[in-house]
Amino acid sequence: MKEFLVSLLQNEILVYSIMALVPLVWVIPFALFAVWWERKISAHMQDRLGPMRTGGWHGWSQTIADILKLIQKEDIIPTAADKKLFMLAPYVVFTGSYAAYAAIPFSAAYVGSEINIGLFYIIAISSLVVIGLLMAGWASNNKWSLFGAMRSAAQVISYEIPVALALLAVVMVAGTFDLHQINQAQEGGILHWYIFRNPFLLPAFVIYFVASLAETNRTPFDIPEAESELVGGYHTEYGGMRFAILFLSEYANMFAVSSIAATLFFGGWTSPFGEALSGPWWGLFWFLGKGMAFIFVQMWLRWTLPRLRVDQLMYVGWKVLIPFAFVVVLGVGFWVMVIG
Amino acid sequence: MGRYFRDVWEGIVTVLIGMKVTWRHLFTPAVTIQYPDVKLKLPERARNRLYVNMDDCIGCDQCAMACPVDCITIETIKSTPDVDLGLTSVGTKKRLYVPVFDIDIAKCCYCALCVYPCPTECIKMTDVYEFSEYNRENLIYNFATMTAAEAEQAKARLAAYDKEQAAKKAAAAAAAAAVKPAPTPAPSPNPDSKT
Repeated sequence: MKEFLVSLLQNEILVYSIMALVPLVWVIPFALFAVWWERKISAHMQDRLGPMRTGGWHGWSQTIADILKLIQKEDIIPTAADKKLFMLAPYVVFTGSYAAYAAIPFSAAYVGSEINIGLFYIIAISSLVVIGLLMAGWASNNKWSLFGAMRSAAQVISYEIPVALALLAVVMVAGTFDLHQINQAQEGGILHWYIFRNPFLLPAFVIYFVASLAETNRTPFDIPEAESELVGGYHTEYGGMRFAILFLSEYANMFAVSSIAATLFFGGWTSPFGEALSGPWWGLFWFLGKGMAFIFVQMWLRWTLPRLRVDQLMYVGWKVLIPFAFVVVLGVGFWVMVIG
Repeated sequence: MGRYFRDVWEGIVTVLIGMKVTWRHLFTPAVTIQYPDVKLKLPERARNRLYVNMDDCIGCDQCAMACPVDCITIETIKSTPDVDLGLTSVGTKKRLYVPVFDIDIAKCCYCALCVYPCPTECIKMTDVYEFSEYNRENLIYNFATMTAAEAEQAKARLAAYDKEQAAKKAAAAAAAAAVKPAPTPAPSPNPDSKT
């Protein structure tokens, strides 16, 4: 796609700008409709109907109306807040979650940046989100916000270790950090996907998925937001557009971790039927489809499980996921060494 | 150590069981209804908005007296013997005009205590429950069917009748007083004409 655009526009800077904006075309509508989707799923799991009126068919435009309302709202900054940090924080959070998309291959034809340390870059850049959350919590000058931000920082730092170890297991099998190459290595049908290729990668996937829930502050690890105890956590004091951006980045983050799971373990843009139904557009379809499937599982879990207590959260992170992740890494290493 | 692995295993299994439950509920039909489009059937004796059938009201004021929150205001005018207000549907003769019959439904507590004493069963609870208003004054329901002019007319007629009756009484008293001191009254040209 990059070569094509360069030949078309003859301007590298313009091409890079366009390449950088392409995931946004997906992320913004996704965030809008995922909120609606989440509300519908939660409603139906609780035998309710959810939003039904806005836009006619099952309230499909409810979140569009919501975002229009949020945009029109007055931009309120608490008097006691640290103004500069308060205003900056949502953009730091969004930058952190959006930057991860640079290395994610959406299709065989499109990957924002073909860097050979893609996975490493994603782990590093998504840590920026925590700084943004801490910034938001601290600048709000509100004890609930600060609690939320502190919890979020503690949680994300703890859970980054199992995430990194689980991803390392895949890297050991693939022999590369480049997501595009990892993806290409899984071409040729469902049995070539890493999750089915190596028995140790199934637990690696489970560890990654659980830890990624914690990284995106989703239930059962949503103690940084914890509506029932912390009002809204770090975004308690936010309203209007800034709140919308925090929300957007949360959903962007959800899709980022889902798509990484899809790319590393489930073949990303490769077709499950080998050569059939493959190609750049079908690749996009498979990639987004797999990502959305994991989004659904995240929502499903959210409406199934209650929130963990802080000590339980730390127990799961340090005493369960990390030891198991080490075992998985060792197992994958042996498997690769002995069987290949 | 065994306990640790058992806990981990149990954690995974119970999560899956929970997911099975929510999955099943995802396809369970919703128990809620789309309210303004779909409405639940009310119980037969549901108590909602009050209604007064003024054709049957005899203005006895019993409902207003029974009301614990005083939300019913009734004013009546006596009718004169020469007018026939008709009968109610249960056969009671109507003797009073009812120019004012106001129910402040905002105050009403839906106890239905006004319904039971009504001798003609003209005040009753209906099944209408959607009557919110933007203005509180609109919640004072005027059930009276008489216009102000009609009420004035009835009042005037009653006043005239009362005056007439009073004059009659005065004349009768005067006549009685005239009779007593003079046992043998002077013969009058027309003793029956009393105006």
